[in-house]
Amino acid sequence: MRRIVYLVPLAVFLVLAAYFWVGLGKDPQIIPSVLIDQQVPPFALKPIRGRDRGFSSDDLPGQVSLVNIFGSWCVACRIEHPFLMKLKADGVVPIHGIDWREKDPNAGPAWLARFGDPYTLVGDDPESKAAIAFGVTGAPETFIVDARGVIRYKQIGPITPEIWENQLWPIVQKLRAQ
Amino acid sequence: MTVELGHFALILALVIAVVQGTVPIVGAHRNHAAWMDLARTAALAQFALVAMSFGCLMHAYVTSDFSVLNVAMNSHSSKPLLYKISGTWGNHEGSMLLWVLILTVFGAAAAAFGGNLPPTLRARALAVQAWIAIGFYLFILLTSNPFERLVPAAVDGRGLNPLLQDPGLAFHPPFLYLGYVGFSMAFSFSIAALIEGRVDAAWARWVRPWTLAAWTFLTIGITLGSWWAYYELGWGGWWFWDPVENASFMPWLAGTALLHSAIVVEKRDTLKGWTVFLAIVTFGLSLLGTFLVRSGVLTSVHAFATDPARGVFILLLLVIIIGGSFALFAWRGPSLRGGGMFRPISREGGLLLNNLLLSTAAASVLLGTLYPLMLESVGGGKVSVGPPFFNAVFIPLMAPLVVAMAVGALLPWKRADIASALKRLWLAALVAAAAVAATWTVYADAPLVGLVGMGLAAWLFVGTLVELAGRIRLLRATPGESLRRFATLPRAAWGMTLAHAGLAVAIAGMTGAGVWKVESIQVMAPGETVNVGGYDYLFEGAERSRGPNYTILGGRFTVTRDGRPVTTLFPEKRTYPVEGRQTTEAAIHTTFWGDLYAVIGDPAGNDGGYVTRIYFNPLVAWMWGGVAIMVVGGMLSLTDRRHRVGAPTRRRTTGRAKPAPAEA
Repeated sequence: MRRIVYLVPLAVFLVLAAYFWVGLGKDPQIIPSVLIDQQVPPFALKPIRGRDRGFSSDDLPGQVSLVNIFGSWCVACRIEHPFLMKLKADGVVPIHGIDWREKDPNAGPAWLARFGDPYTLVGDDPESKAAIAFGVTGAPETFIVDARGVIRYKQIGPITPEIWENQLWPIVQKLRAQ
Repeated sequence: MTVELGHFALILALVIAVVQGTVPIVGAHRNHAAWMDLARTAALAQFALVAMSFGCLMHAYVTSDFSVLNVAMNSHSSKPLLYKISGTWGNHEGSMLLWVLILTVFGAAAAAFGGNLPPTLRARALAVQAWIAIGFYLFILLTSNPFERLVPAAVDGRGLNPLLQDPGLAFHPPFLYLGYVGFSMAFSFSIAALIEGRVDAAWARWVRPWTLAAWTFLTIGITLGSWWAYYELGWGGWWFWDPVENASFMPWLAGTALLHSAIVVEKRDTLKGWTVFLAIVTFGLSLLGTFLVRSGVLTSVHAFATDPARGVFILLLLVIIIGGSFALFAWRGPSLRGGGMFRPISREGGLLLNNLLLSTAAASVLLGTLYPLMLESVGGGKVSVGPPFFNAVFIPLMAPLVVAMAVGALLPWKRADIASALKRLWLAALVAAAAVAATWTVYADAPLVGLVGMGLAAWLFVGTLVELAGRIRLLRATPGESLRRFATLPRAAWGMTLAHAGLAVAIAGMTGAGVWKVESIQVMAPGETVNVGGYDYLFEGAERSRGPNYTILGGRFTVTRDGRPVTTLFPEKRTYPVEGRQTTEAAIHTTFWGDLYAVIGDPAGNDGGYVTRIYFNPLVAWMWGGVAIMVVGGMLSLTDRRHRVGAPTRRRTTGRAKPAPAEA
């Protein structure tokens, strides 16, 4: 009996360690999206000031692309931005932007004018119409959309060079190969 | 070149740690003195090598050597020198190096000052220290090498997270780690005792000062972090039950329990298995605290160092160290039999109650912190456990602890009479009742927790003074005799008195700041006035200026009370262009009864207005002051002759003419 008491800490710890083991396999950043492997929800956004074309769900089929949710008010987007500019400079994949929840219609264009514009197409989404359809929880978020217009991956938070190399870029390459 | 030298020194330290972890333990088994003594030389050599390694990294930071990846990622040439230095440990890799540096400092201290320890115990404890060190060296060298070069070198660095560019946070990690790692001594000695199968008073006498030192450092570390959150995050709060805060609080709770149970082992030769268990738990929680921040297992607002890639290594390390220790405990623990009799109403009984409540508190904080993770593991979705849970669980556990604290300190060892102890506390009960009544008069709508908190604080404070008065026989002996006793009171007794009284003051502060905080958020144009907590804040406007590596938006408030000037507050919002981030610098004017606290936010409105947040935080100074008193108590107790390790043992055994070793 006495011996069993002394075994309790070990047993409790092993259970805890097992939970940790399972927990480690899950990226804390991943919040599963119900939209994975679903067709992009239909949306049509007006252009932001200074651009002629808006951005709609009909623009997506045809090639693999990224859809990036951003906003001039979003600090993390500012961190992510230089890397998007690099992706654009490298020309690896078209990036479309959804300028989300700007209170001032000039704020988004001014932000892009100041820090650079990596986007092929940009839609203005002050009322979160497209953002809600995409199930966006915060900015920045980036979706990989395949050539048939199906959402294949959702990245929550800034894309860093590591995340790009290890997660997003392999998916883009795989989708292109299909 | 220095960077390669630092890298090489660390590899060499690993090799020496392997020697230190094996040869002395074999030596202890075969009673081979030279093999055992190797542990001391090795521990000193490890310290010298890691200190050199750390010095090399710091050199790279101070000279802004951007050919080092770690420096380029975390420093910037325009940073003030203080933050170049603190930048050394302001990142994952450097902080791990700091961790092992402190580990080797403790190891070297045990080697240098442990001359009068039983040689087998010393050899085994130092070997265990070396095992821990091996794990960390491998972790650093294989997954988190701070000496990695960057080719080609960066033109300039990316800068340090501006939130970390702050004096409070510059020294928060070193103190926290001194606490965490300090508990490794109690751990190593416990493992060594399990291997030897013997725990006795001499063992406890060794473990106590190390535990007390670690506890004191951890208290300082946690408080610095809390203080930083208070003035830097600009939310007017000082504790958020955030997983990272909890991670440092759990070892503190367990360490406090250990501190008290080790006394029972020393004085009464019992509670041995429990004390060894607590030592393992405390260090285990310290490791968890180190790694919760690092592994990305838990997400929190302190997300500056999360990296899931290292998680597997960390988990492996935790399983080997903690799981291995518990396995050893399950195997050898039953042989640690206690000697003394045990009665519930006695000082040891009181200390046992203290242990039960503190460990329950630590367990519930652990549960609350890990529950979201566990739920997610079984597919239960994402949840977060917030302050309501912790307050609901923690406060009801602490209240009886505080009540019992005043009583327990009055109980003698072995067998006590609770009625006479309670009788001596009549004054404390009276003052506590008066405090509740006074609180209720001032705040008629005071919530129960506010009344209870103030009552408990008064009870504990006066109860502690009653204990002191009893020790010096105040009013029972002549004033001269009392004064003489007062002057010759052992420092350890002073330590307890100050620690308990300091806690009482801190409880009053925490209650005041938690319950009666006044908060006001508004848009203010220059010339407007707002009244918060009885003070009038006139907003005079805001202007922009430049700091060393940031730009400043500085606001100006003139504060008056009933027309009389009180102070002028200058809150700032700083923008760091290199890192592209902003920080808030709250302006705080501390008074005896509370802090006036002002924060300036973004421009708003059309007439040059700004969002402003103004708080009145009652009794915050009591909180910091109370903790400071506790820390002084801990330090004073450390200087007690009786804590100078092994002094009584030496007298008993040999007549070696070595002077009593100083405390590390």
